Amino acid sequence: MKSLKAQNHPLSNSQYEIDLLESPDFGVSFVQKLEETNLFPLKPVQIETMQINMGKMCNQVCKHCHVDAGPDRKEIMTRDIMEQCLAVIENNHIKSLDLTGGAPEMNPEFRWFVSNIRSISPDINIIVRCNLTIILANPKYRDLPEFFKANQVEVVSSLPYFSAAKTDSQRGDGVFEKSIQALRMLNDIGYGMENSDLILNLVYNPSGAFLPAAQAGLEAEFKKKLKSNFNINFNSLFTITNVPISRFLEYLIRSENYEGYMEKLIESYNPTAAANVMCRTTISVGWDGYLYDCDFNQMLDLKVETPQSQHISDWNHSALKNRNIVVNQHCFGCTAGAGSSCGGATA
Amino acid sequence: MKTYYNPEDLKKFGKIGEFQKPLADKFFDYYGEVFKEGALTAREKSLIALAVAHAIQCPYCIDAYTVDTMEKGCDEEQMMEAVHVAAAIRGGASLVHSTQMMNKVKELSM
Ligand code: SF4
Ligand code: SF4
Repeated sequence: MKSLKAQNHPLSNSQYEIDLLESPDFGVSFVQKLEETNLFPLKPVQIETMQINMGKMCNQVCKHCHVDAGPDRKEIMTRDIMEQCLAVIENNHIKSLDLTGGAPEMNPEFRWFVSNIRSISPDINIIVRCNLTIILANPKYRDLPEFFKANQVEVVSSLPYFSAAKTDSQRGDGVFEKSIQALRMLNDIGYGMENSDLILNLVYNPSGAFLPAAQAGLEAEFKKKLKSNFNINFNSLFTITNVPISRFLEYLIRSENYEGYMEKLIESYNPTAAANVMCRTTISVGWDGYLYDCDFNQMLDLKVETPQSQHISDWNHSALKNRNIVVNQHCFGCTAGAGSSCGGATA
Repeated sequence: MKTYYNPEDLKKFGKIGEFQKPLADKFFDYYGEVFKEGALTAREKSLIALAVAHAIQCPYCIDAYTVDTMEKGCDEEQMMEAVHVAAAIRGGASLVHSTQMMNKVKELSM
């Protein structure tokens, strides 16, 4: 399977996506919903987390991927941009770094970057969004678990279900089996184990046009099934709603689920989830150093609304902290039901 | 094409109070309470509802509880096992009545 970009698909054009998201009349806009619940304009609370997208290159081509990542994507962050990130992290006391992609580990500067973040402070929380299969994709990645451990990295990994059929239908043939192998390697060195400080969290997202289950109940089910069937341990399960952009949007349209899914997201709008959206505590950095309110806005090329501080090289902490967050119809994905963020449910 | 069942009508279920509000309100309050987490989890209740939907063969309920069980994190295998429970009870309910037939046969036979 190729990325939308490699297929020259119209949905690989962010303006086309935005026009499409704005065109059907669902009777209410996200801005109106925020207004009704006194949250407009949406403002940051503080900047605690910097989420860095290290590039769109990935060994997988998942059907729902909002990054449109894959082996055919060549956009990756350079060391120069990483150096600028390090300066901002150090000078602005960023507490949490969330490294994502694509597969961030495929960036040749990944290890250099992680070690340098760690050397700024032992207290910074470093999260790597590891797709698990990368660990087995090439012998040069086999020691990633040890590297994570040495740098006290928190590992967050997607596993859409505790069975092969549902996982593989979303993430590709054979992904489940390799993911289980990789989880075992992580468990073997202490990740996700009781009385260990090495954190391994899993991410569940629905494999289709429906909302995720309640986080606590599903976590219990995952723990029971992964333990009894595969002897796998992990810390927490994050339930994430699929945001209707990029490849998931393409799926929704192709399967004629787009309108029904949007209606469901809109009718499930939850003001508590809206008050807790992750963009209120996060800044997202693109592979080329541009700044966004979140990884979704990044993929829609909706840059932060601070003309004086749109790139990591022009970081202006107070301007960013006082910015208005750019919102659109896709934001309903963060506010439906129990809410959704990179850390799971929010309400 | 006109049909008796229209998927769009499922969305109108909440509006049945238009013709009789107090009873509809009581029903929906009760309905909401029934499906809350209790001695049974909301997920278990959803699977029971899916099985019952098949037993009573209500297309609206099958639609609604297929979505609901998926949103409770159930997979196809679990959902199909729930339907087999309904089928087993329905089949069993027919078959267990064969004891009456057998009784009658024996009553009438030499
Ligand atoms: S969802 Fe993650 S693992 Fe899958 S293609 Fe996208 S970046 Fe890669
Ligand atoms: S999509 Fe991004 S900007 Fe919109 S609510 Fe979610 S985190 Fe915030």
